[in-house]
Amino acid sequence: MALVKLTINNQPHTIDVDPEMPLLWAIRDVVGLTGTKFGCGIAQCGACTVHLDGAPIRSCSYPASAAAGHKITTIEGLSKNADHPVQKAWIEHQVPQCGYCQSGQIMSAVALLKQNPKPSEEDIDTAMQGNICRCGTYERIRKAIHSASTEMASAPKMPKSTPKIGKR
Amino acid sequence: MSTTPTSTATETGTSRRNFLKAAGLTGAAFALGFSSADSFASPVLNLSGQPGMGLPESVELNPYILIDKSGRITLMNPRPEIGQGTYQSIPALIAEELEVSLDKVTIRQTGGETKYGGMWSQAVGGSGSVRGGYMQMRKVGASAREMLRQAASQQWAVPIEECMAENATIVHKPSGKKLTYGQLAEVAAKLPVPKEPALKDPKQFSMLGKPMPRPDVPLKVTGQATFGIDAKVPGMVYASIERCPVLGSKLVSFDASKSLKVKGVQKAVKIERVVGKNRYEGVAIIADNYWAALQGRKALSVTWDHNQFDTFNSASFENKLRDLAKTDGVQGHNTGDFEKSFADAPNKVEAFYETPMVSHSTMEPMNALAHYKPDGKVELWVSSQGGDLVRGDVAKVLNVKPDDITVHILFNGGGFGRRITQDFATEAATLSKTIGKPVKVIWTREDDTQLGPFRPMTFSAMRGALSADGKAVALQHKVISPSIDATMNETYDKTKADDTMLEGTGDQKYEIPNLNTRYVHADIHVPLTYWRSVTSSTLAFSHECFIDEMAQKAGQDPLAFRMSMLTKDSDSKRVLTKLKEVSGWDNPLPAGKGRGIAQWEFFAGLSAQVVEVSKNKTGGITVDKVYCVIDLGTVVNPDTVKAQIEGSIAMALTAATKDGITFENGQAVQKNFDANRMLRINEMPTVEVHILAEGGPTIKGVGEPGLPPFAPALANAVFAATGKRIRKLPFDLEKV
Repeated sequence: MALVKLTINNQPHTIDVDPEMPLLWAIRDVVGLTGTKFGCGIAQCGACTVHLDGAPIRSCSYPASAAAGHKITTIEGLSKNADHPVQKAWIEHQVPQCGYCQSGQIMSAVALLKQNPKPSEEDIDTAMQGNICRCGTYERIRKAIHSASTEMASAPKMPKSTPKIGKR
Repeated sequence: MSTTPTSTATETGTSRRNFLKAAGLTGAAFALGFSSADSFASPVLNLSGQPGMGLPESVELNPYILIDKSGRITLMNPRPEIGQGTYQSIPALIAEELEVSLDKVTIRQTGGETKYGGMWSQAVGGSGSVRGGYMQMRKVGASAREMLRQAASQQWAVPIEECMAENATIVHKPSGKKLTYGQLAEVAAKLPVPKEPALKDPKQFSMLGKPMPRPDVPLKVTGQATFGIDAKVPGMVYASIERCPVLGSKLVSFDASKSLKVKGVQKAVKIERVVGKNRYEGVAIIADNYWAALQGRKALSVTWDHNQFDTFNSASFENKLRDLAKTDGVQGHNTGDFEKSFADAPNKVEAFYETPMVSHSTMEPMNALAHYKPDGKVELWVSSQGGDLVRGDVAKVLNVKPDDITVHILFNGGGFGRRITQDFATEAATLSKTIGKPVKVIWTREDDTQLGPFRPMTFSAMRGALSADGKAVALQHKVISPSIDATMNETYDKTKADDTMLEGTGDQKYEIPNLNTRYVHADIHVPLTYWRSVTSSTLAFSHECFIDEMAQKAGQDPLAFRMSMLTKDSDSKRVLTKLKEVSGWDNPLPAGKGRGIAQWEFFAGLSAQVVEVSKNKTGGITVDKVYCVIDLGTVVNPDTVKAQIEGSIAMALTAATKDGITFENGQAVQKNFDANRMLRINEMPTVEVHILAEGGPTIKGVGEPGLPPFAPALANAVFAATGKRIRKLPFDLEKV
């Protein structure tokens, strides 16, 4: 066990843990922020994605001790009132179904847009490939990232698509 | 009497179809006028993570509607939210008639309490929540509305006709006087409950039938939504359980001395997992945090007796199914005389289709938090597809009265049928009883992938016959498979055709005069269960690909051939007619592209799809676009419907083209998402959804019907593009 000093969402935390404990469990079980999810434990699904100094990492496979001294951002630290442009776009497109993977999806999308404010479809597919959504919300994720990109550039919003209803 | 040990097994085993009819809120579910908030003695964990909320102050207008004096309204939702949208759709049915807006109410999940009905009154499965609750939940809202109007008319001494419900108030139209629901609730609750309250004209609906935002979405984009895995109570400990991946093995001995040296590990205890009739022994490592429990588990030394189950492998089992295909099995559906018409027909087609076992792989691994208290009462916080199912199973496994069990249903990180089985909940409750503390059990992804229960594989021997002029005259679909029911229930009857394993094969509307379905049962020791769209998820593939093979033999266009067998008016005919139009079926595609079609009708509903594919220049196939027409009759939230179709197609594409679950040396080869691959964003095709909903009394399911037609439409598209028939799933799109 060792004392590890973490800065999560601008809040300092000193925790006494096995230095090998993955950041995911330090965040969830010790610090108590449960928005970051456990999906696979081997960095294959992206449900545990958080930012380390603004870059996306898979916290399930990243030792807590290695995160000391870095700025960690979780889904809870993205905005105070669900008003980050990516969160707003996720609401606009009603992206989540079960929602379990969405914290990780959103953290990956925020990191993408920071690095590439106008991503193409291919850019999105490449950047978001590490995040599995078993409910299949991928089309909406693409649309929401485009919307957030537009919003962040202060241009008009894209219209939300709805299915057509006809007579049987 | 059944000796089946768990209610899940009994209830789910016999016929899912039957109890899904019951799931539509029958019987005691309608104790309207019920008047005590007895189930809230302990704080209810709100799905947004806020405990409490002062419910004891509230008045129950009926078990689903609670109103406090300040006017705050709580709607009780009996259908767990697993991603399918019941957190919006079910409360909306009540709120529409009650004349309140969903953003003004608090929504809570029921926890299996008997006042909401019997088993399956509070579970989700079979695409049954909205179609089962459509009229009943509206009546719940309407009867409360009428009681509130009555209360106001009494208070004002005016005719009830002058008292209108608007936006959580009753307005006296002539004078403009108003009373809020909060001011009226106490008096209203004492009034008689109208048995047949007037329902709104659908033309007056403000929510139903329109794309509406889901109240869980803001919670899910901020990390505030509480899933089962997020639940916490004071003093709780964590558990990870070592179970043998060779299913059926017995625990001989274990040595936890090294585990106990891991900092944070408290105990190692023997534990039994209950899955229907099956019992699996394991060793639980109890620790201060989950990581310590995992490290303790790694340090554990266990000796298992595999009892020859380690010789089981998929290749041999598949050979066994192929051998069994030569036997007749038992008859399911029969019309006409298949054997005679087949023998006499000038043109015959035969083909054999194979599909794999697959995992559910919900993104939230199985988990549960349970507290077995000193007074013998049990409280659970859990992601489950049914609070009533949790109660039933915990009651049986721990021998506790159902009324001594309190269940908090939290958001489910996916269900897909997996969370109909409550093994994780009974594990947590058993461990809590053993060690005397609240215990949270969390499965690893490896546990989740390897231990089942799985979707069964089905093999299909198809035979068809055509007349000289190319009309389908005979079709036989023989299913060879292990059975969900047989792996779960002691009482399985092998002499009868297994309806679940023949699902849909006798129900298509094609006018084929000689139709025969048969079932050949194959024993397996691996536990099997429902998976989104159940056996339709595999049988639609064999059935609808074979229809294409018959069309080819007849020299006809696949859609025209299907339409030629649908001369009478039917939902299938209307769906295919619409699909032809919206998919541009008659427009030729450029070289290197192909399109395929399939439809499927089964207990949950009906949809049809056209899939368009391209041959890649570098080899392989890309899925470009999917057109789906779903037949609903009445729609509650069109945007949710669209989402469910998108999700069904993603899931079907995964099952058709990824890995599935295969066994070697008695255990699942695939352990995690590296080998049990899921569809990723770059592989998702564009999906265009068309809903057939003219209103009226018909209402069909949404969560499952979008899945079955996809795999056959894809395989038929691959044939159109390449001339290659896909008869075995999964197949690799890169290697076609």
